[in-house]
Amino acid sequence: MDTAQLLFKLILVVIIFAISLVIALYSTYAERKVAAFFQDRLGPNRAGPFGLLQPFADGIKMFLKEEIIPTNASAFLFVAGPSLAILTACIGSAVIPWGQKLTFGSTVIDLQVADINVGILYIFGVVSLGVYGIMIGGWASNNKYSLLGAIRAASQNISYEISMGLAIIALLLVTGTLSLRGIAEQQHGFWANGYFTWNVFKQPLGFLLFIICAFAETNRTPFDLPECETELVGGYHTEYSSMKLGFYLFSEYINMFVSSAVMATLYFGGYNFPFMDMISSPNWVTIIGVFLFFIKIALFIFFFMWVRWTIPRFRYDQLMDLGWKTLIPLAIANIVITGIVITFLNR
Amino acid sequence: MEPLSNKRKVLVQKPLNFWERIYLPAIAKGLSITMSHFFRKPVTIQYPEQKREFSENFRGMHSLKRDEEGRERCTACGLCALSCPAEAISMIAAERKKGEENLYREEKYAAVYEINMLRCIFCGLCEEACPKEAIYLDGDIVPAEYLRKDFIYGKDKLVEAPLNQ
Repeated sequence: MDTAQLLFKLILVVIIFAISLVIALYSTYAERKVAAFFQDRLGPNRAGPFGLLQPFADGIKMFLKEEIIPTNASAFLFVAGPSLAILTACIGSAVIPWGQKLTFGSTVIDLQVADINVGILYIFGVVSLGVYGIMIGGWASNNKYSLLGAIRAASQNISYEISMGLAIIALLLVTGTLSLRGIAEQQHGFWANGYFTWNVFKQPLGFLLFIICAFAETNRTPFDLPECETELVGGYHTEYSSMKLGFYLFSEYINMFVSSAVMATLYFGGYNFPFMDMISSPNWVTIIGVFLFFIKIALFIFFFMWVRWTIPRFRYDQLMDLGWKTLIPLAIANIVITGIVITFLNR
Repeated sequence: MEPLSNKRKVLVQKPLNFWERIYLPAIAKGLSITMSHFFRKPVTIQYPEQKREFSENFRGMHSLKRDEEGRERCTACGLCALSCPAEAISMIAAERKKGEENLYREEKYAAVYEINMLRCIFCGLCEEACPKEAIYLDGDIVPAEYLRKDFIYGKDKLVEAPLNQ
């Protein structure tokens, strides 16, 4: 890889990093606005026009708050927890293909930081690392509520990772590749050879399982038991204050953004859109594709919020019941059915 | 035993059917309900800029009334202070001098008239007790202050604005 390409990659990394931070920032604003609209209220509207400066006001507030580390907490791990949480949230976006290649004369810009051939496995690894931030933070707080929240988070993530992985196995049977770029390219357009190209039409049950597990992995309602206020005060971040708390809240929104991007890539065609072959200029296809990809992500984020303000939280035994007794058998059945169908189609 | 009211109902717990057990139709229904609220007009009244209309019998801040010639009606009889259950009203009476007939209607008037708005419970008994129709609780909500002493309202805040001014 020559220096120019390395420079492009570096710029792309910075841009994606900035975009995911800005989207996470405005997700907090969107969450409050969406919550307000669902409850017939107005939401934040005092800071700036329509309250658009609210996230910055919140950020400044977070930075200026007093930083408290409890006396009996393990100081190093107490700081390491939120750092790890936000780190693992951010690095997930590295393998997501944001668009096709841009071509200017002889230079070709690839809108993906790393096209590794085990993209899905990488995402999987990063997602399972996410629980360490919560676990370490909850344990280091030396507080029973934090510890209970962290234990809940760990057991919940482990339970739902299994069915998430099984849902992806069925998808891999269809696609035959682990590379996210390859999967996105297979979903080119919208309609080909008499059938939809997007994977959601080939794997509807798999998508349903995946989105349920994505809710559980990002600790969003109805699976937000690690931080349920009514039982555990604040859950794993009870003892946290200032920007360390901000990092925990922020990493949840970045996780939401990344998992929306993964869902859009795996099941909803990524940057592909209907009638994309009718546009002659490939650069325009790329630009519109990137734009529509972000629209898809925004819709998924909206769906996350929509569900949050509709569905009450599960009881913990119900959560485990759903994970082990319903989702895993369903995922296994999905693999079997997919395998049988593919075997018969290929004969 | 016969129930006293015939409102007794026997609770029947049916086992959930298949569609109820997989949750998804119920979730979709819930999502459609919240979505219908999403496009509804917010009910919020943005307080300092917009104000909700008071009902006709709303009791707010007191005002000491003037008669049709612009003279203060209060004669400092003290009935309002006597009737006040919260003991929020106090006053000092004075005799009307010659040449002050255009200021005070009666021969006696309140030189000092104070209501402690922190004590007042806005019951309206002073209004009922007043024989001269001099005090009414027809004002706005009492605004916030920084100091306790600022809640003791004197005549400067209570007396109605003079006529033609």
